[in-house]
Amino acid sequence: MTRQTPLYRWIAARFTGHALAFIARFITAVRAEWRGIEPVDKQRVYFANHVSNADMPMIWTVLPHHMRAKTRPVAAADYWLKNKLRAFVGPEVFNCVLVDRRPEARTDDPMAAIREALDEGSSLIIFPEGNRNMTDDPLLPFRAGLYNMGQSHPDVDLVPTWVANLTTIMPKGEVIPLPLICTVTFGAPIHVGEDEDKDAFLKRAADALVALAPERDL
Amino acid sequence: METTTNILYLFGGVVAVLSALTVVGEALRGRVAPGRSNPVVQTFLTRLMSWWIMVILFTITALLGPIALMLLFAFASFAALREFLTFTDKRQADHLSLALAFFVILPLQYVFVGFDLTGLFTVFIPVYAFLLLPIVSALRGDHNRFLARVAETQWALMICVYCISHVPALLNTKPEGDSGQTVLLIVFFVMVVQIGDLMEYFAGRRFGRRQIAPTLSPKTLEGMVTGIACAAATGAILSWITPFGIGAAAAMAALASVTGMFGNLVFAAIKRDKGVKDWSHLIPGQGGFLDQLDSVIFAAPVFYHVTLLMSG
Repeated sequence: MTRQTPLYRWIAARFTGHALAFIARFITAVRAEWRGIEPVDKQRVYFANHVSNADMPMIWTVLPHHMRAKTRPVAAADYWLKNKLRAFVGPEVFNCVLVDRRPEARTDDPMAAIREALDEGSSLIIFPEGNRNMTDDPLLPFRAGLYNMGQSHPDVDLVPTWVANLTTIMPKGEVIPLPLICTVTFGAPIHVGEDEDKDAFLKRAADALVALAPERDL
Repeated sequence: METTTNILYLFGGVVAVLSALTVVGEALRGRVAPGRSNPVVQTFLTRLMSWWIMVILFTITALLGPIALMLLFAFASFAALREFLTFTDKRQADHLSLALAFFVILPLQYVFVGFDLTGLFTVFIPVYAFLLLPIVSALRGDHNRFLARVAETQWALMICVYCISHVPALLNTKPEGDSGQTVLLIVFFVMVVQIGDLMEYFAGRRFGRRQIAPTLSPKTLEGMVTGIACAAATGAILSWITPFGIGAAAAMAALASVTGMFGNLVFAAIKRDKGVKDWSHLIPGQGGFLDQLDSVIFAAPVFYHVTLLMSG
């Protein structure tokens, strides 16, 4: 998407990106814990828990620059195209892959954009729960997208990514975020097994993700 | 002017020590077989690098004067409070009181210290925050673990804001004569506490026998005695930058050092209880701000009050 945008917008987007990462670091001292993978250039799908709108910027912030440039968050089109500011931040600053999550409104296959991004070699950040988790359970049931990606791109590492503490930093209904320390933990990558069915795989993926959560998040 | 010269003398001395340690560290690394790495040497060098940065930062702040020192310690309070409250017991009902702690109580405390409002800054957190925050939490109507929640929040404020703010409060003690001397008093306080800690650590490792609380920390009686003695000796040597005589400076240093070491022990107990090794990873090789400051935190109020008593 950045390729067709004028230079000044591109510069503004990069600058905004650095500013957001700086703010995230200053407020939450956000830190990556590379438990199961190394911070190296490799095509991956980071699948993460989703409790707040700050999840994606947190993961994006802790990725080193060389990885960040090649990583695209998958995000909801209805959210990021709502106004001009969001349309700048979502697609241009974060370089999001936008998908329409409303089945009644969409015209093309939502997986097509994702497959295209994977084909061009980008890494992705996805939230397989689909919606923000407002329940007391650690995770909502996963949607099938993760399984489809694992099947169509078996060489890509699927990396469980737990964003800790954000429920306390910014609970639903509160206005002021608390500057507590946020940790993003990257676990060991998983792949879809040879003849593993969808439900078994999604269960295994969810278990791998929850296993990374610190006790106080559960 | 004189203060600046004195700070630069002290800086020169510390740089000499750090340079010597860096040379030793690099020599040790040079002896490790190529392609291998020795974790003890690596940790030592990482810590040394953090020490270089902290010493340079602290020196620049001290040279800039009282306002810079005030801001430095206000930021230290913020970083410490962030680490502490990350691990305390809390629920959504505490959200507003925690936000007040960060964004209202912490800045106000430093404003009171900055404007030398002694009557206010010594009671603000122990009395007014102590009464206000539980009310704010109670209004949200959640009684689950209520006492534990409000108590841990209050503890966090006392430790990370109230105690730390007593370091820049030393600027207000104004011993007879030169008021620039108060900046040097802070330098003196921080140096003797840190040197006591370092020597306690090394002596404890070399010849420590009797552990004082084996289930909590490797601290030994021998290590502590050595550390306090070294702090007292440093205090005596540095007495020329303080308003105290040689004997009094040594006694003050020993007092600060021993309080600091017990503070360190208390923090070891809290970390065990919360199941964490370090409070965060913001200072490479040392853990978090709280890991670095725990002894300073405990020693500060005691040092402050004794200084007030001694300067009458």
